[in-house]
Amino acid sequence: MIANTQTSGRIARWRQSDLWWSFTRNKAAMFAAGLLALLVISAFTAPLYAPQNPFDPAQLDLLNAEYPPIWIEGGQWPFLLGTDTQGRDILSAILYGSRISILIGIASVLLALLVGIGSGLVAGYFGGLIENLLMRVGDILLSIPTILIAILVSAIVRELLPVSLRDVGAAGVLVLAIVLSGWVQYARTVRAQTAVERGKEYVQAAQLLEVPARRIMFSHILPNTLTPILVAATLNFGMAILTEATLSFLGIGMPASQPSLGTLIRLGNQFLFSGMWWITVFPVLQLCLLVVSVNLLGDWLRDALNPKLR
Amino acid sequence: MTIKASLLTCAAIACLAGGASAETLRWGAARDINSLDPYSYGSTFTISFLNHVYEGLVRYNDKLEIEPALATEWEVLEGNVWRFKLREGVKFHDGAEFTADDVVASLTRVSHPDSPLRGNLPAYVSSVKVDDYTVDITVNGTYPLLLNDLTNIHMFDAGWLTEHKAEVPTDVAKKVEGYPTFNANGTGPFIVESRVPDSKTVLVVNEGWWDTPKHNLTRIEFTPIASDATRVAALLSGEIDFTEKAPIQDLPRLAETPTVKVLEGSELRTIMFGFTFADTLSNGQPNLFKDKKMREAVAAAIDLELIQKKVMRGKSRLAGTVVAPAIPGYDAALDTPTAYDPDKAAALIKEMGAEGYEFEIVCANDVWLNEEEICNAMVSMLTRAGLKPILSIGPNAVQQIKQTNGEADMFSFGWANEPMLDSYSILLQVFHSKTDNAGVFNWGGWVYPDLDKLVDAAATELDREKRLEMQAEALKIVKDELIMLPFHQQPMAWATSDKVEAVVQLSDNKGRHWMTRMAE
Amino acid sequence: MIVFLVKRLANAALVMLAVALMAFLIFRFVGDPVQLMVNEQTTQAEKDALREGLGLNDPVAVQFLRFVGNAVQGDFGVSYRNQQEVMSLIAERLPATIELVLLATIISLVVGVPLGVITAIHRGTWYSEGLQFLSIIGVSLPSFVIGILLILVFSVMLNVSPAFGRGEVVSIGWWTTGLLTPSGRAALILPSVALSLYQITLVMRLVRAEMMEVLRSDFIKFARARGVPRWRVYYVHALRNCLMPVVTMTAMNIGSLIAFALITETVFQWPGMGMLFIQAVTFVDIPVMAAYLCIVSFIFVALNTLVDITYALIDPRLRTARG
Repeated sequence: MIANTQTSGRIARWRQSDLWWSFTRNKAAMFAAGLLALLVISAFTAPLYAPQNPFDPAQLDLLNAEYPPIWIEGGQWPFLLGTDTQGRDILSAILYGSRISILIGIASVLLALLVGIGSGLVAGYFGGLIENLLMRVGDILLSIPTILIAILVSAIVRELLPVSLRDVGAAGVLVLAIVLSGWVQYARTVRAQTAVERGKEYVQAAQLLEVPARRIMFSHILPNTLTPILVAATLNFGMAILTEATLSFLGIGMPASQPSLGTLIRLGNQFLFSGMWWITVFPVLQLCLLVVSVNLLGDWLRDALNPKLR
Repeated sequence: MTIKASLLTCAAIACLAGGASAETLRWGAARDINSLDPYSYGSTFTISFLNHVYEGLVRYNDKLEIEPALATEWEVLEGNVWRFKLREGVKFHDGAEFTADDVVASLTRVSHPDSPLRGNLPAYVSSVKVDDYTVDITVNGTYPLLLNDLTNIHMFDAGWLTEHKAEVPTDVAKKVEGYPTFNANGTGPFIVESRVPDSKTVLVVNEGWWDTPKHNLTRIEFTPIASDATRVAALLSGEIDFTEKAPIQDLPRLAETPTVKVLEGSELRTIMFGFTFADTLSNGQPNLFKDKKMREAVAAAIDLELIQKKVMRGKSRLAGTVVAPAIPGYDAALDTPTAYDPDKAAALIKEMGAEGYEFEIVCANDVWLNEEEICNAMVSMLTRAGLKPILSIGPNAVQQIKQTNGEADMFSFGWANEPMLDSYSILLQVFHSKTDNAGVFNWGGWVYPDLDKLVDAAATELDREKRLEMQAEALKIVKDELIMLPFHQQPMAWATSDKVEAVVQLSDNKGRHWMTRMAE
Repeated sequence: MIVFLVKRLANAALVMLAVALMAFLIFRFVGDPVQLMVNEQTTQAEKDALREGLGLNDPVAVQFLRFVGNAVQGDFGVSYRNQQEVMSLIAERLPATIELVLLATIISLVVGVPLGVITAIHRGTWYSEGLQFLSIIGVSLPSFVIGILLILVFSVMLNVSPAFGRGEVVSIGWWTTGLLTPSGRAALILPSVALSLYQITLVMRLVRAEMMEVLRSDFIKFARARGVPRWRVYYVHALRNCLMPVVTMTAMNIGSLIAFALITETVFQWPGMGMLFIQAVTFVDIPVMAAYLCIVSFIFVALNTLVDITYALIDPRLRTARG
């Protein structure tokens, strides 16, 4: 009961907040949120209704290859959006592919947040040698274009993995590749904020009371740095999905046995001129919808949280 | 289209001689050549491109018959010594005279232990200059196929090799660039003007060529365009005049385009899959493929007809034996493709206790037609049969290292029997057990003593009929033992823009632009 | 000032050293260089001799110093795949990439700046909101998709533009340029548009934000009050004050554009450094990968350092704040 009132209290508070107010005024943000919810839910519930599991090679049958979408002559139930040259159902493939893309996006943002916030707090709070070291590493990573880091890490780690693990580990490798260049931004933001907060009286008071450093960092300093972090994380989620798609398109991301949206576009691109446009076009559309909705939300969030623009 | 028919097409577009004008052929290839040095890499495509620049002592004409090139006549002295009379008055592109010294230097270079091409001249022992225009070549026994081998052994200028310290093939290990890797000096119909790897190689006509040109080209611009889609787009928009690899899925659309001509045919190359015969697989499991039953199970689980129909779009020729009908030694009785029989496959797999058996299939994505799709389809079929194949796919340069090192449990393989055009080629280089010059491509490491005996005997048999009988018998062993599983002969699909008037397409799928004519 | 300069340069050198270390580690530990250089006939003794000859038996620190020493002189070894010196391979490709990146940068400024001004001064109008929305779509479309779409529309459907390559190029010394021939110029258009799209949205958004800031400042209000014409206020007084950050960002982004160009180059088969790199990646051609990493990072770091130093020259306050 208590928990319940607490949550309903939270929801009530949330509904009175500026953020909610701004959200209800912004049609683009509402549209984006709705679209994103739809895409995410459809992707994660896909195993319940998708006609095929495109990751199971036993379910692909060449007999079903190259059906056009259902509304074009030659289309075949249940392959609503047609099939590719291996007999893979395009609808199932983009749903499962989105799931992979979203999972990689979420995982890499969360991991980058964890590493970035952690190192930022430590660097900002303790300063000195640790700060110098962490920030230098960050500098170096930032002096290499992110896409380059992602490609190199992805290519090299894959090369070092034994073949039997390459397909299984592909998603993990991609997450690693994206995180490696992604954490620095959070670390810098948190460190700067931490350094500012550390000088403030409430932290000094807490220190005098011998509150443990961990507690000061997490319950006092961290909440104050959350706003810019949240905006950055949303936008980076979109970026992570794009990076994953790009790597897969270049052939160093997800393998054809577990295609993400980028892999599907790479495979379909060969058939674009053969009249089999559906193999490429639907994954492209899905990818764009996904990233546009995330970026619209991020954009709104940035404006809504920016005190200068209120 | 059968091979006969494709040969007829070539005859039909035989060329008229005519005056020269500034005609550039823009060649959009599916891949780059590996090097300008024909001896640096055993790649049929590279060698066939370099045939525009370098020439051998003999060559194939437009009916794939051997005819004189840099040698004008030859005779066999006492069994294993051949005497060649060289063509006089032939000049290299830098103006040097072609003489017997050049032949000896070239043969020494190609047969050097470091030479990746030495397997193409397996019987060679030594060569001696008799006079400026006569050379004696010694082979290791009575060997009937020397001329076939020599068609693709290109002649370098001895002085040029010495001057640029390139008497031995490029040795990457010494960390020096080989001069011939980026420079060329042959006797052929075209001269290399410039080369930027992976970007563009430009050839210009050799006005001083010894032969009367049938072509009317002044320039060939060779550009590798790896992406199928881009290559097709370039052809449709008229940016290239010729490609030797028109993607088969785009053929209907290309054929409908008024500015594009499509030339189709069937290649000599047979695509097949092989198995490792090592004791363990790459993942350490015991190797069940050593048992013929397991190989039969795999064969029964693969629906070759469906692959032919869907992946190859009905354009390949289903194969039951590892050589094409036009290759001497072919036996029609062996040419029955293995039948698709999922029940048999399931029963055999059960008998072997191989349910869920995990193994790796090594394929490349840039060599054979639609190889990636064939391999993907195979993975589906074998998974349905109850096995657990894992596909390893990548560029040939990477995959071939695994295949030659015997690290591939199952692998794709293609053999055209070129330049020998005889089934002795595949029997010696692929199915013979690994010894000095034999079994160079025996990637699975199989040993069949009966087969070895037949091949060794064929090597010295001068009676052609008897020799081919032995070879057919050896091919029967290959078939009965299912050493490799033949899939199909590849279709060959070229496309040209309407600026190209005539191009000679033979079943060895090599561009021969010294016979190409452009509309004027 | 001198202290700042030295500090900044030392910092850049340190970063480059770290990049070199990464490149060296890739070079040394991914795949066995000896294994990649020999063929199947090589004996163990030959392999050992080669290992010794390449200096692979020396202490790692010594090898690293040698690597850095060679790299400074532009010697990154020989490409495993092309058997050509890596540096000359890259030098051949550099002009193609630089031309592409510079043109994309120019397009992004020419298009992005006016769009940014318009969306700032006409805030709230339908076309300004529309442009804002389009800019979000612009950042959301992956550049390979843009490339594919451009080829599909302009090369295949309309047949007005080449689909691949650089067209005819002219050599001026070691530099090759496509700008002097009609086919070279035609080939440059689609790839540079594809590459510039993302950068356009960045410029536009930056200009918009800066303009909105400046327009609120007193001197603009004062100019308006004085009766200076509207367009003059916006495009001369206000815009002049936003240009500094735009120029800075553009300069700093050239490094990223060079890296991003590898995607555009792959789609358009543009014979630049990026395509060389991607091919090296698929062929595990380690020397080329290591060299590309060093060179792109060097350009990136050099531009950043240059921008910082220029800033410090203009605005002395930054010397202490940034050092």
